[in-house]
Amino acid sequence: MTDRRAEKDEPWKDPAAQPYIAIENVTKRFGEFVAVNSVSLKIYKGEIFCLLGGSGCGKTTLLRMLAGFEKPTAGKILIDGQDMADIPPYERPVNMMFQSYALFPHMSVYDNVAFGLEQEKLPRTQIKQRVGEILGIVHMGDYAKRKPHQLSGGQRQRVALARALVKRPKLLLLDEPLGALDRKLREHTQFELINIQEQLGVTFVVVTHDQEEAMTLASRIGVMNRGEIAQIGTPRQIYEFPATRFVADFIGSVNLFDGQLVEDEPDHVRVRCADLPAPVYVDHGLSAPPNAQLWVAIRPEKITLERAQPGATDNWARGVIKEIAYMGDMSIYMIRLDSGRQVRVTQANIVRKAGEAFSWEDQVYLAWDASSPVVGTG
Amino acid sequence: MSLPRRSIFVPTVLAFGFAFLYVPILSMMFFSLNNSSLVTVWDGPNSPTLKWYVKLLNNRPILDAAWLSIKIAAVNATGAAVLGTLVGLVLARFGRFRGRTLLSAITTAPLVMPEVITGLSMLLLFVALEQWIGWPSGRGVTTITIAHITFSMSYVSVIVQSRLASFDESLEEAAMDLGARPPRVFRSITLPLIFPAILSGWLLSFTLSWDDLVISQFVAGPGSTTLPMVIFSKVRLGVSPDVNALATIMVLIVATGVVVSAVVMQRQERRRQREVQMALASGE
Repeated sequence: MTDRRAEKDEPWKDPAAQPYIAIENVTKRFGEFVAVNSVSLKIYKGEIFCLLGGSGCGKTTLLRMLAGFEKPTAGKILIDGQDMADIPPYERPVNMMFQSYALFPHMSVYDNVAFGLEQEKLPRTQIKQRVGEILGIVHMGDYAKRKPHQLSGGQRQRVALARALVKRPKLLLLDEPLGALDRKLREHTQFELINIQEQLGVTFVVVTHDQEEAMTLASRIGVMNRGEIAQIGTPRQIYEFPATRFVADFIGSVNLFDGQLVEDEPDHVRVRCADLPAPVYVDHGLSAPPNAQLWVAIRPEKITLERAQPGATDNWARGVIKEIAYMGDMSIYMIRLDSGRQVRVTQANIVRKAGEAFSWEDQVYLAWDASSPVVGTG
Repeated sequence: MSLPRRSIFVPTVLAFGFAFLYVPILSMMFFSLNNSSLVTVWDGPNSPTLKWYVKLLNNRPILDAAWLSIKIAAVNATGAAVLGTLVGLVLARFGRFRGRTLLSAITTAPLVMPEVITGLSMLLLFVALEQWIGWPSGRGVTTITIAHITFSMSYVSVIVQSRLASFDESLEEAAMDLGARPPRVFRSITLPLIFPAILSGWLLSFTLSWDDLVISQFVAGPGSTTLPMVIFSKVRLGVSPDVNALATIMVLIVATGVVVSAVVMQRQERRRQREVQMALASGE
């Protein structure tokens, strides 16, 4: 989905490309509390950039600084090369879609959407035409006369989107855009958002705590932790090559082991983990001092279960199945290793009959490819 | 606590409660139709009669006092609504600033201050002001109005503040984000949304001023006798039946106001619910 976009254009790889938004060493303190700590970011035109993190990580504060509701304590924010320091929210080329949608309860859908255009003092006929156009794009044309409280959650979300887009902003900020929708509606809306973004060519900055949302929407993700950016990358980079232990643990589910570097060659490393009977062999080099303490992350879906002991000397473990959760398309196994450590493994349910399937208390061997584990020091 | 379904206890308590509240008022209304000029003696053969009402309508001082009270109450309510709304806005929306706690304390103080104290300190203030700057010259309608605004605005500010606290600040941010400057945000978003609170603050201030006696006594001067002051001075000379008639009219006016506003609100609520149901029925 997002790979298609990434292949098409990756402006962040081009050193000559001009970023549309440049956040330079921005810090925001509320009294003693540091909400955002020296964050630097470059976001390019036409991107959907997701700020992902748990609650209180500073992502919303960063978004509010882009909108102009908060002033940075230190640092600079440039939008299209212009310093935003002294520009109030009502003069920024930026619109925001609020988490609560913030639709004006005393105005109809039409008046809500027209509000922004009325501030520009456009002629009535032009306002009418543009409101009609944008309501058509979000499929809300038939509801123009309704009041917000007469709409369902999904409809309100679309009105909020229309209201934020009708001024044709160059940058749209979205605060947890899908948070209030139920699962079916979310999936549908995610793709609709991407379509609208491509259709109008707006740059999106999305704040979310939901990694699934970030994965499907984003061209790039910035993972935030305690006011700092932990990693910036495409969804695939973030998932497959987490830069720090925090990112590995935060994105998706993962089995994390602590280990010690025992062999460090340009083309591979070997790590010995106390919880695993065999060393972990990884098929790429690492720049770390000898005997460094490392973390090793292995994704549950990259582990295979076998009944016989694997022939290789590296990359295996033995355990007993303690829990099985059948999810339909796949099953989740909780396996207790000989060391007592619990490990999570997911297997696609490729065969339909249950004959060969693993069962509770079965002894199994776990194996994985040399390309699967991620190791790091941070 | 669980009571048997058909317990006689609850209805009895209810009946006594209501009797305690309303029997005095009903008996007052009843006696306003009495023909006798002795308040407690029912003159059966010649009653009911409207003669006290007729007498009341020919009583110039009472009518003047009533008209004066209405004027003071209206000016007071309007002034209190404006000032109280400003204070409520500042306290609810301007974040932390120096002197915020002080402002909040001094606006809520009149709510808990004994009226005698408020009245006395107001009087001292007006006397001192007159000596220093010659204004207000003497005590009268102006001083009563100022004194009433002082304590009414606390009520308005509390009501407005609680309304502002319950409404989503992001509405104002959204308006600003869409290009509206702060004055426009206030006019198109904040004001319409807190208007019901301001209105109820206005009504409350009106009634507070309408029946205030203690503070008015302190700051009134010659020629500024309000209705409660007239009634009080009449009662001191012995209750005459035309006070019953006057009180009945006041009760009827207030009751009508309460009933009308209740009906209007109920209708709005019903319409709103109907609309919500319609929306749900035609939803996705």
